Amino acid sequence: MAEEEKVEGLQQLKHENQDLPQVLVLGSPTCLQTLKQLYSHKFRFLIPNTSLDSLYPLTAPLSSISAVICSASFSLTAPVLRLLPSLRLVVTTSAGTDHIDLNECGCRGIQVAGAGKLFSEEVADMAVGLLIDVMRRVSAADRFVRTSCEAATWDFPLGYKISGKRIGIVGLGSIGMEVAKRLECFGCTILYHSKHKKSAVSYPFYNSVIDLAATSNALVLCCALNEETRHIVNREVMLALGKEGFIVNVGRGSLIDEKQLVKFLMDGEIGGAALDVFEDEPNVPKELLSMDNVVLTPHCAAFTSECIIKLCELVAGNIEASLSDKPLITQFRPSRVFYSSARLVLVPSCSPSSFW
Amino acid sequence: MGSISVLLVGKVLPYLEQELDKRYNLFRGIDPSQRAAVLRDHAASIRAVVASSSGGPDAALIEALPKLEIVSSFSVGVDRIDLQKCKEKGVRVTNTPDVLTDEVADLTIGLILAVLRRICECDRYVRSGNWKKGDYKLTTKFSGKTLGILGLGRIGAAVAKRAEGFDCSICYYSRNEKPDSKYKYYPSVVELASNCDVLVVACPLTSETHHIINREVINALGPKGVLINIGRGKHVDEPELVSALLEGRLGGAGLDVFEKEPHVPEELFGLENVVLLPHVGSATVETRTAMADLVLDNLEAHFLGKPLLTPLV
Repeated sequence: MAEEEKVEGLQQLKHENQDLPQVLVLGSPTCLQTLKQLYSHKFRFLIPNTSLDSLYPLTAPLSSISAVICSASFSLTAPVLRLLPSLRLVVTTSAGTDHIDLNECGCRGIQVAGAGKLFSEEVADMAVGLLIDVMRRVSAADRFVRTSCEAATWDFPLGYKISGKRIGIVGLGSIGMEVAKRLECFGCTILYHSKHKKSAVSYPFYNSVIDLAATSNALVLCCALNEETRHIVNREVMLALGKEGFIVNVGRGSLIDEKQLVKFLMDGEIGGAALDVFEDEPNVPKELLSMDNVVLTPHCAAFTSECIIKLCELVAGNIEASLSDKPLITQFRPSRVFYSSARLVLVPSCSPSSFW
Repeated sequence: MGSISVLLVGKVLPYLEQELDKRYNLFRGIDPSQRAAVLRDHAASIRAVVASSSGGPDAALIEALPKLEIVSSFSVGVDRIDLQKCKEKGVRVTNTPDVLTDEVADLTIGLILAVLRRICECDRYVRSGNWKKGDYKLTTKFSGKTLGILGLGRIGAAVAKRAEGFDCSICYYSRNEKPDSKYKYYPSVVELASNCDVLVVACPLTSETHHIINREVINALGPKGVLINIGRGKHVDEPELVSALLEGRLGGAGLDVFEKEPHVPEELFGLENVVLLPHVGSATVETRTAMADLVLDNLEAHFLGKPLLTPLV
């Protein structure tokens, strides 16, 4: 790999060919190493050593940057976007776009590309794995075996059956559909709540999440995070789900009122929860760390070795398309425009590549 | 029926033990010294034995119970029961098929995902505070992989059905090829292991299947292969399995059963590519209750002179 040097607060690779298009990389995406290995001959990746704010006023590289790669852990807010006056493209390495100020991008004509359906199978696999784990106590049982080597007998609490149960999917987009397809093979009854009823789907639709929770044994959250879905699983929904109900979250942490969830888990008002995402990652409420009826994973539902190369190909493909003024491969398109307090608000599209 | 003497020789759901106590004259003989005392005083009156995966009547015990008419097992596997002896003595045997098929199949998929996606390890990673230092590493995708099933019976078929939802290719080995099956058949376990990513052991334990997973099979499965055992511990040559995992000759293992439960080889505790469960294949409230009812119903049918519900012998 070419030698890295620090130039004006940014790491970049020394290149003989300084004419390669520059791409600013924000948030240390998991695929960065692979991206550098595979595409350093096509792009100059600039990686900030410090937070972008501290580079204000603009240094030369920032003012000319037209493409940014951003991970889900970096908040691409309007103030940050304003540091990049030549920006034309944001490529996020996540399927979600809740960390990007879509309004600002829309106003400035900055195109946004996401991971589309790339991770849907991986995330659905993980969602099912988490559901089985929390209902059948797999991780708790593994801990038990590793720490009870001197026991004369195994006395471990029973779990809950999954086959044939009623599973309520919140958000029947690409990921939700993959989850449904898998759980149908377990003989589960699939029910769902989505922004709109999907006419091509025969699963029973519930207009309210409370009604869905009241009739489900478990909820699996697969929807995008936006103003309408924030805390969509709130106190009333959790009470409706009940003491033997389970929640799996592979969407975003803020889909759930986390403080309320912790309280209900402590009080036994809910059966258990399997969470890949949290409101303030990587911080996890300390009360959860000692519970046996929760499963906690570090926002890794999408990350397999198989998908990383495909992700790099998609990221590079979107950048190349933008540079050649061609249509992006996985463009995130706003579908609704409405005015809220005289401010233009753009809402993500309900195309098959989205998930709400 | 309160006067009928029944001997309990394996660990069962408390509900079952309570019901047996209510309905029969129940003697507890799980512990060897307990059993010796019971046999000394009551051997001649015992007409039924209730067994489980943790204990069943061997030839010696069957011989010691001259009035024994029926063995009802709180399990589907009957490797703890000397079936041949039962046949010779005209003793009926029942087990609990079907009611636990789905349960075991569900857990099998859960085990596969836990190993490939490192779910238990990830959970440990979060609980230990390591996430604050950095992301967990990449894991292995399950969807689209090739699943090899050793024993395409009720449980094997249920596992296959679930794996199809993950777009897995399914292949199998069985004593005889199943002409109606849509899955690919391999005529030997080694060939099956060579051609799959995940190998699931789902056959009954018999003298023929003892240590059916041996060094040759493990090597054929290979450094990226994963072994899932939801059958019986003795299906696997356990020392060979341990050394293969320690040496990296096998990619990973998900084990619900062990050769000498509750003993688990301690060398496995430090490995991040194994998931270890305390024989919980059928361990849900719903299923264990259904199994208990089946044991009770079989016993009742026998003593009322009615046909048994799930006879094996």
